[in-house]
Amino acid sequence: MRLYTRYLSIILRSQMQYKASFFMTMLGQFLVSFSVFLSIYFMFQRFNSVQGFTYNEVLLCFAIILASFSLAECFVRGFDAFNRTISNGVFDRIMVRPRNEIFQVLASKTEFTRIGRLMQAVVVFAYAIPSSGVDWTIDKIITLILMIAGGFCLFSGLFVIYASLCFFTTEGLEFINIFTDGGREFGTYPLSIYGEGILKFFTYVVPLALVQYYPFIYLIGRTSNHIYMLLPLGGVLFLAPCYFFWRFGLRHYKSTGS
Amino acid sequence: MKKYASFFRIRFINGLQYRAAAYAGIFTQFAWGFMTLLMFWAFYKSESSSFPMSFSQLSSYIWLQQALLALFMAWFFENEIFETITSGNIAYELCRPTDTYYMWFVRNVAVRLSKVVLRSMPILLVCVFLPSPFGITLPISSKAAFLFILSVLFGFLIMVAFNMLIYISAFYTISPMGIRILAVSLTELLSGAIIPLPFLPDGLRKVIELLPFASMQNTPFLIYTGFLTGTEVINKIILQIIWVIGLFVLGKCLMKNALKKVVVQGG
Repeated sequence: MRLYTRYLSIILRSQMQYKASFFMTMLGQFLVSFSVFLSIYFMFQRFNSVQGFTYNEVLLCFAIILASFSLAECFVRGFDAFNRTISNGVFDRIMVRPRNEIFQVLASKTEFTRIGRLMQAVVVFAYAIPSSGVDWTIDKIITLILMIAGGFCLFSGLFVIYASLCFFTTEGLEFINIFTDGGREFGTYPLSIYGEGILKFFTYVVPLALVQYYPFIYLIGRTSNHIYMLLPLGGVLFLAPCYFFWRFGLRHYKSTGS
Repeated sequence: MKKYASFFRIRFINGLQYRAAAYAGIFTQFAWGFMTLLMFWAFYKSESSSFPMSFSQLSSYIWLQQALLALFMAWFFENEIFETITSGNIAYELCRPTDTYYMWFVRNVAVRLSKVVLRSMPILLVCVFLPSPFGITLPISSKAAFLFILSVLFGFLIMVAFNMLIYISAFYTISPMGIRILAVSLTELLSGAIIPLPFLPDGLRKVIELLPFASMQNTPFLIYTGFLTGTEVINKIILQIIWVIGLFVLGKCLMKNALKKVVVQGG
């Protein structure tokens, strides 16, 4: 853990060397998600609700997914950019060091500029939390925290799968973006609006609905079933198969030799 | 002229090599287009009267967007060009008996075209057979089809000319990441890449439609779907031509100005 904070401080200092660029990129990250926010705003200028979900409720959902995604992108960036680590041979160096590979990949890259996105989420939270009409009792607050934590684990798990696939293909595979970037983009709206089939897919195959739709309807009081509150833990459990897939990929690793 | 044509050919053929990536991309784009349509479908089912266009027009728009993504994707830049500028290799470019602006322009056109050639046809072919209103419909008339192709061409040139401005900004800032990401997010929103421009509030839309971003993908797609008709089409295409020339001249001037005082740092 001490080593990890050392890594963090080194990376932070090195990224702060180009201050103007750092803040511009951060501002850019903020604006990227701001344009998504604007698109929601414009849609609700035209429509009053979508499948019974109001503007403020959708904003709350948007902020939750955005917060968990940007946290994952910030701290698990090493796996997100893993194809480069493999193709330029850095991974060989990692393997000869007497430390766990996952730890090293995790610690080697942290993208602090993603805080820009996180700030967007915080701003939207500041608006949506009071205005969403949720009665913020202790169980609702726990649900919210569980959703963000579960979402963070889920997106991290997806990044790990993406990285593990690189062991076989060397190149990054674009299709996993459907679940990471797509999850962020389409997770803006409660997943039930896409229809029964899509909801089932995101429940049983990629368990995004476990951290989003089910706890969300508990949050806004559409159901009082307490099990829904604990479902985001499924996002944490999702890390287990991801870990095994990583071990499996690691065994098949052949160096690119450069 | 000949040297640019052969440079174009090299880049274009080079781009055609990445078939596997293209097939993976096609799959991704299908899923993406499908999810986008389902999202709009949810809004449509909730309040169909507030929809600014018919649903089948929207489907055509979304599928064209996916099929021609490589022409209009705002986030795509050639990192090599940025590196050429920031690393000082620009010195070699300047030694060549070619105009750097045209070379880079041709290069971007070639790469984007090679991507679209591989990806667009399979997507369009499948989308024609999707059940109505989720599939793509044929253009309303042969005249609309002709104007659509013309407008795609101009929109594409505006996109590349705008890219050139971002490359050139690297001369002035050294570290172009910030400007790049700002430009991308702005373009995505204002060109109708996130939600089609007709979904924006009317007053705001009138202003946005005058900007170069709206002339990129918004204009051709709306011509195709028959959302724009009659003299509106002609006016929009004239606006496109103005922006092509405007951005081109601006880019040329900025480039000339930058090269006049370019400082190559070390070697």
